Amino acid sequence: MTQKIRCAGFGGQGIVLMGRLIAYSAMVEDKHTTFFPQYGAAMRGGTANCSVIVADCDIAAPTVEEPDVVLIMNGPSLDKFEDTVKPGGWIFYNTSLIDREVKRDDVNVFKVAANEIADEVGSSRSANMVMLGAFVAKLRTIELDTLLTRSLDAQMHGKSERVMELNRKALKRGASLAE
Amino acid sequence: MEKVFAMPEAMKDAKTLYCPGCGHGVAHRIVAELVDEFGLREKAIGIAPVGCSVFADLYWNFDVISAAHGRAAAVATGMSRAKPDCFVISYQGDGDLAAIGTAETVHAANRGENFVTVFINNAIYGMTGGQMAPTTLVGQPSTTCQLGRDPSIAGYPIRVCELLQTLGGVAYLARGSVDSPKNVMATKKYLRKAFQLVLDKKGYSLVEIVSPCPTNWGMNPPEAMKWLKDKMLDHYELGVFKDITAES
Amino acid sequence: MSEKIPIGEKVLMKGNEAMGEAAVQAGCMAYYGYPITPQNELTAYMSRRMLEEGRIFIQTESEIGAINMCYGTAAVGERCMTSSSSPGMSLKQEGISYIASASLPVFFVNVNRGGPGLGNIAPAQSDYFQSTRGGGHGDYRVIVFGPTNVQELYDFTMLGFDVADKYRMPTMILADGILGQMMEPLVLHEYKPLPDLPSKADWRLGDPATKDPLLVTSLVLDVPGMEQRNLDLFHKYEEITKNETRYEEVDTDDADIVLVAYGTCARIARSAMEQAREEGMKVGLFRPITLWPFPSDPLSKLADRVEHMLVVELSLGQMWEDVRLATGLKTKVHLHGRTAGGIPGQADIVEHLQKALDSKSDEIVRNF
Repeated sequence: MTQKIRCAGFGGQGIVLMGRLIAYSAMVEDKHTTFFPQYGAAMRGGTANCSVIVADCDIAAPTVEEPDVVLIMNGPSLDKFEDTVKPGGWIFYNTSLIDREVKRDDVNVFKVAANEIADEVGSSRSANMVMLGAFVAKLRTIELDTLLTRSLDAQMHGKSERVMELNRKALKRGASLAE
Repeated sequence: MEKVFAMPEAMKDAKTLYCPGCGHGVAHRIVAELVDEFGLREKAIGIAPVGCSVFADLYWNFDVISAAHGRAAAVATGMSRAKPDCFVISYQGDGDLAAIGTAETVHAANRGENFVTVFINNAIYGMTGGQMAPTTLVGQPSTTCQLGRDPSIAGYPIRVCELLQTLGGVAYLARGSVDSPKNVMATKKYLRKAFQLVLDKKGYSLVEIVSPCPTNWGMNPPEAMKWLKDKMLDHYELGVFKDITAES
Repeated sequence: MSEKIPIGEKVLMKGNEAMGEAAVQAGCMAYYGYPITPQNELTAYMSRRMLEEGRIFIQTESEIGAINMCYGTAAVGERCMTSSSSPGMSLKQEGISYIASASLPVFFVNVNRGGPGLGNIAPAQSDYFQSTRGGGHGDYRVIVFGPTNVQELYDFTMLGFDVADKYRMPTMILADGILGQMMEPLVLHEYKPLPDLPSKADWRLGDPATKDPLLVTSLVLDVPGMEQRNLDLFHKYEEITKNETRYEEVDTDDADIVLVAYGTCARIARSAMEQAREEGMKVGLFRPITLWPFPSDPLSKLADRVEHMLVVELSLGQMWEDVRLATGLKTKVHLHGRTAGGIPGQADIVEHLQKALDSKSDEIVRNF
């Protein structure tokens, strides 16, 4: 199994954190993984994205040309990455900020009202966690439990218990969408 | 019989290759005498710059490293930071310190790097054959300003002590000269203070030495000494420019 | 923080930071650097870790300042390091030339980005010539490692310090923006120095134990003296070529065509190789691990039994020239080169492999 994932949105949505949490969880679960962020000069108003590969064997190319899964947090990112998804792959997208349908009919689509649900949980800043929870529960690339018990603490150490609790709630609510 | 004059231990018994009337010999000797005076011979590291004094290792009887042109302050930083017990003496000319090495000089000074800089200002490039230096006086001819330095083309002679005076990391700045026994003694006094401040870990300490270069000035040694007094000291004022230990 | 570094355990780390931690573990006493993308995380990491360890960190006035501070620190016998990316590496070449001539051990990293000029900040391997030919003025070489993953960045940084000390010469890692920026699990091995590293006591400056004054210089005006100094360097280089050449071969036994690639490119090439094998092509992979010394002899032996080679690189034929030099006219050496941040696609390489296999006897297939 090799799954190539791209997370995309705008700066400030916690896109890189989504990717790091997936990669860290994969490592904890003794899977092979690589994480690669888009990096560069300040890019305001554009898309932020990162790619993660999770595999049960050695990962050769760390580059992701044709992702199996995209986690899309805003409109420009859907425009940019919709066509790159492998036929038969998955598009998870944030209907709170994207008011159009996916055009492709050869991929699976999973809609997540990430900002609205995050608002209900306590803060729209946890929208990335809602999305992540939905993805994890739907495709089981990594386990929700790993995220909750290991990865959050490791990747977000220093955050207040209130923020951590918010994130845990958002992850669980996201996961419940896929159950 | 009492011996009243001897070769410093920190000086090798070698004839210098410098021209008649050159100031380097006196400056080298002052450095060596102070190395002896403070008992630093075993832990001193001299930096030989690019320029006439690139062969300083032939004369100094302590460790020497040659630096790329202008980089002495960075090399000195690398040595004095890594081995604070060493005593680093960066010996640099005007082209080295104030032209190609300006960035290294200013930033080492500003960080307060703990080494002594001996800055020989003779208003000319010696080794490469008499080209214009950043300290060449207005109107002074050189092989690259043959009609005399024209500020509209080449700017003005840089006063290094004044330039560095405002930097927070600087502990000591003074300008001396080797034109007379009195000024040689004063220069040695300045340099002694610089040595003491560096031994006390006070930071960047520089002594500028206004020095003659008869060969490239196109003069004989007495003429050169007179020109130094009349012209150079008119532009380059002698004295202490900064001393963080001085009482106000 | 230092007590939180879980030595011996598997962690998820950025390539740039992995090199920094390896340097700390290997006893690097001083880090000097100037900000430039895409290696900034290394400088930032060292700004914290070196101070935690009570060691030296300076954000320098320039790359020139940084490499000359290394020259000074190495001359007093301490381990030191600098890092940069392509435009900054051009500035460092002056100092590297002096370090090479003075036979000082300095370790440094180039996280290669697109050029020439200011270029861009995307991954590239276009400083291959600069790295493997010495890079600055004069007759000299630098030992160059070309790691392919974050674990190797960590391991070769440690090895780099040792090898620099062992041979008293500049030693570097040539990485690229992907390797520097990517995160991957790696095991933080404990540092174990190479056995029998030579003592520095007889040449380091400022040591009261040495009786006679020492001189570190690159200036030798008399011609026979300077020629002999350079010849001595090159005799050392022959020794290094014999002892330190590293490479990896994958599935070359039955191959009709062998991909030659290093660093990130070797990983993409490996994916292409696997796909091509599924499609029935007999493809192998040869990965130079040291770029200087270049594994010319093993490549030459491979050329005796393989009809085609396809070099894949993030530059326009720089390593291709070395492969052609190594193999002479024994085999056809094709080229798939991308530049300035262009990354070869797996499918493009597979297509290129097929074209190469189908090529006429006197035809070399290039993608541009």
